[in-house]
Amino acid sequence: MTLKYLTTFVAGAALVALPVMAQNYDDPVEFAKQEAMLADTPNGSADTPWLQHYGTDMVDTSAYAQDGAATICFSNAGVNNPWRVVGWETMQAEVDLQGDRIAEFIVTDAEGSDDKQISDIDDLLAGGKCDVLIVSPNTTSALTPAVEKAAEMLPVVIFDRGVNTDAPVTFIKPIGGYGFGIQSGRFIAENAPAGGKVLMLRILPGVDVLETRYTSATHVLEDAGMEIVGVEFTDGDRAKTKSIVEDYLQRFGTLDAVWLDAGATSVAAIEAFEDAGMDVPIVTGEDQQDFLQKWQELGLTTIAPTYPTYQWRTPIIAALSILDGESIPGPEWNLPQPAITADNLADFVNPAMPPLHYAACGCEGMPNYPERWGGK
Amino acid sequence: MMARLLRINPVYLVLLVLLIAIAIQSPHFLQPTGYMNFLKRAAPIAILAVGQLYVITSGGFDLSTGSVVTLTVIGSSILLGQNPDATWMVITAMLAGGVVIGVVNALVVAYLRVPSIIATLGMMITLGGIALTWSGGSPRGYLPDTYRFFGRVLIKDLPVIKILPVALIVMVVVCGLLWLLMHRTNYGKLLHAVGDNPKSAHFAGVPYVQVRVVAFVVSSVTAVIAGILLGGFAGVSTSVGTGLELQAITAAVIGGAQLLGGRGAVGSTVAGALVLQAIFTLLNMLGFPKPIRDVVQGVILISAVALATYRRRKTGS
Amino acid sequence: MNGRIARFAPVLLLLAAFAIYIGIALATDQSQYLTFDNLLGLLGRSIALGITAVGQTFAILIASIDLSVANLISVAAVLASYIMSGDPSMMLPAVVAVLLVGAVVGLVNGLIITQLEVNPLIATLGMALILQGLLSASFTNFAGEVPKEFQTFAYGEVGGVSVSLVFLVILTGAAWAFLKFTRMGSNIYSVGGNADAAKLAGVRTARVVILAHVICSLCASVAGLYLASRLRSGAPWIGRDGVYDLESIAVVVIGGTVLAGGRGGVWGTLVGVMIFSLIDSIFNIAGVDAFAKQILRGVIIVAAVAVYAARSKRIEA
Repeated sequence: MTLKYLTTFVAGAALVALPVMAQNYDDPVEFAKQEAMLADTPNGSADTPWLQHYGTDMVDTSAYAQDGAATICFSNAGVNNPWRVVGWETMQAEVDLQGDRIAEFIVTDAEGSDDKQISDIDDLLAGGKCDVLIVSPNTTSALTPAVEKAAEMLPVVIFDRGVNTDAPVTFIKPIGGYGFGIQSGRFIAENAPAGGKVLMLRILPGVDVLETRYTSATHVLEDAGMEIVGVEFTDGDRAKTKSIVEDYLQRFGTLDAVWLDAGATSVAAIEAFEDAGMDVPIVTGEDQQDFLQKWQELGLTTIAPTYPTYQWRTPIIAALSILDGESIPGPEWNLPQPAITADNLADFVNPAMPPLHYAACGCEGMPNYPERWGGK
Repeated sequence: MMARLLRINPVYLVLLVLLIAIAIQSPHFLQPTGYMNFLKRAAPIAILAVGQLYVITSGGFDLSTGSVVTLTVIGSSILLGQNPDATWMVITAMLAGGVVIGVVNALVVAYLRVPSIIATLGMMITLGGIALTWSGGSPRGYLPDTYRFFGRVLIKDLPVIKILPVALIVMVVVCGLLWLLMHRTNYGKLLHAVGDNPKSAHFAGVPYVQVRVVAFVVSSVTAVIAGILLGGFAGVSTSVGTGLELQAITAAVIGGAQLLGGRGAVGSTVAGALVLQAIFTLLNMLGFPKPIRDVVQGVILISAVALATYRRRKTGS
Repeated sequence: MNGRIARFAPVLLLLAAFAIYIGIALATDQSQYLTFDNLLGLLGRSIALGITAVGQTFAILIASIDLSVANLISVAAVLASYIMSGDPSMMLPAVVAVLLVGAVVGLVNGLIITQLEVNPLIATLGMALILQGLLSASFTNFAGEVPKEFQTFAYGEVGGVSVSLVFLVILTGAAWAFLKFTRMGSNIYSVGGNADAAKLAGVRTARVVILAHVICSLCASVAGLYLASRLRSGAPWIGRDGVYDLESIAVVVIGGTVLAGGRGGVWGTLVGVMIFSLIDSIFNIAGVDAFAKQILRGVIIVAAVAVYAARSKRIEA
């Protein structure tokens, strides 16, 4: 008990002493770590990337082993953007795939509110039925106390975004935002004319997973001597994105690259060039179908880093392994984060899927594909 | 002279000043690619603002128009995703939907006596939920080129102006018709009467409910048209309509519309929408980050209304 | 609807909601949720909304409205966590600073409405935009954290009941006492009921309006402090995520306070908060998905308000 207090105090003091660190989106240590992982080969079969992991750290779960079918509880931050929608469908498909191993799958949806997610976790714990709790936190620091409290009662699996505690059994994520920024930033640095004009478009400020992409890409672009002519926020709105690119084309006459921190509005940026009757330069994107199809159609030079939605499969698998007492990668389970390039583009393009379907979902071959994800 | 000058709606002078400022900042603006694209982007807001003007003149607010825009874009993409050739049918269906939404809004306000803020707020939340449920949270289909014609296409190779956005044509036609309706028909007079003093209008025998129904229907239908233009311009997204109703109210207010009813003019509302777009463009050009733009929009909103009130007091109108 | 029954309408709605909640819990075999602790916790989920809504009641009572509360909540939370930076000795200065900022915002709102004669909807909307801009611009420099001691505001318990719940009840009681027993309190009602008559009777209406807005903004600041305590730090989207502006208005209106001012009270608002909370929990227990929830929420808001408005003979705007 005293040890716990002591460690909490030290951890708290550390957090207190360096408040800025708690919100640091430009961490060179993490940058280097993710850069190394990008160059590394993950363990496991490349056919099942949602099971692969980097490194050899495993965590022992024999204390949690139990017999019989599992009741898995999931506190979802929300389905308030198309990425989460695809991920959520994929997770449900994984639950179907696991069949009888899962007795009940109880879910709460926090609708994008920290406050609600804290209450949701309380509710799930009060219900008393959970054997294991999966949490996709809405924000890192706000959800930390709730996760800590839950971890005292049952095994907890975190994914997508982390929390400031190592109480969970494991934290599942792809390599990370720094990696994403490195991939797209490097492509521009290597393929655009030296000293070329780059416009950086971001969705909104203050979102950790997006901030890290931005800072790492900025480092890479600046180190390569590219000229960043502007950094604008688009609110993830296509009309705004297109207007902003049109305005910049007016101001500068031409752009050599447009870097976006996410792919939902990349096609809008591309269309701005089309409508102006200009050649489309490098416009980075993500694994959304509309971007991939536009890429193929126009024969563009570009890259699509991913933040793969197959990471929504892994927590279910991890949860079941925990209850089987099998050891799993931990305390961090780093999944591969492949970038789609001209070489493998054709593997991912699928016109039968909806425009904002994320191609790297690992969902081909899962129950109800493609209808569950809106495809034909 | 001062009295004469004060009678001209200041919004036109402000617009002129802003356009000159933009042209100085970026001479490209004087090219057709500059000012035509500006008008193309302003068209959806202008149409939306005029629709909102109708409701404001009748004494209320329509907070649901942003959601109508989103629902139009998402609904069109789902329906057209299955049948890409059904563009005209889908557009008709969307317009019909707009009429229904407008009628429901008006009846809730007139018969259930729910204040328009709450009624249209509820409608906004409900329509948002419908859009999400229908699409499952993510757009389901692409908008075909026939649909995107209105919002995206530029008629090229014209003399003098070189390019003419179709969206601009739509805006002129729609706003022209709405101008006629408000300023050249009896309906317009009734609309102003209802907004100015509902009780005496009621006693004077004005068909209060019908007037409001038309006003709300105009508002919703203009939202559908704006949705078609926006969807055409930029494609599908789940958040295309967010915040648009507030921009429309801002534009109408800048144009001198009196809140809680009684007065408003289509021409100055369109000018108000252009002023808003000009401010955004200018701030963009000056390189102001988005947060500053928010602050500016807030200050302008307050100043515009304060000025309009001041002007009304000074000219006694 | 009979006047006496109408006064108890909020409580009747609450009882109806309770009955539905209990019914569904039993029907779906989830009776473990029917403990006293859990039912008490239902109100505990909406503390921030409750605190905000108490303040919003004051604004609506004087026939005004405050749409800036959501962003003010975010400002308060961010400011609090920045000043505290995890240091318990900075708790008091942070609270004082935040309350000061709240008072200033309320003062400015009140002045814009009374001196510049700007419509409250526009004035507070403009203020909301300004606050949002200031927040976004400065957030990266205002990272902070709330010390563990301050978290007792949100997480602490006294005699088995949470500190925050006790605080909310005391706040509501204080507000009620102020409204019922002080001269300023009755001035608020008379200004809301008929501002011109109040002025003729010698009430300094401008002061009353400003005071009401200051109280409203102070409450929003306190709600921000509560959220900072609960979420361990502030972020610029807290207010918008919780939709505190529109929800606080809806809750006040459901609680029986009329948008046109002059009638209603804070206990009704608290009942309104409970109804909202229950509705949310009903959705949770019944397993309604997030999108369908949104559709139903919009309909319920309108329906609840329609229930009260049915007795009004006034022609609504």
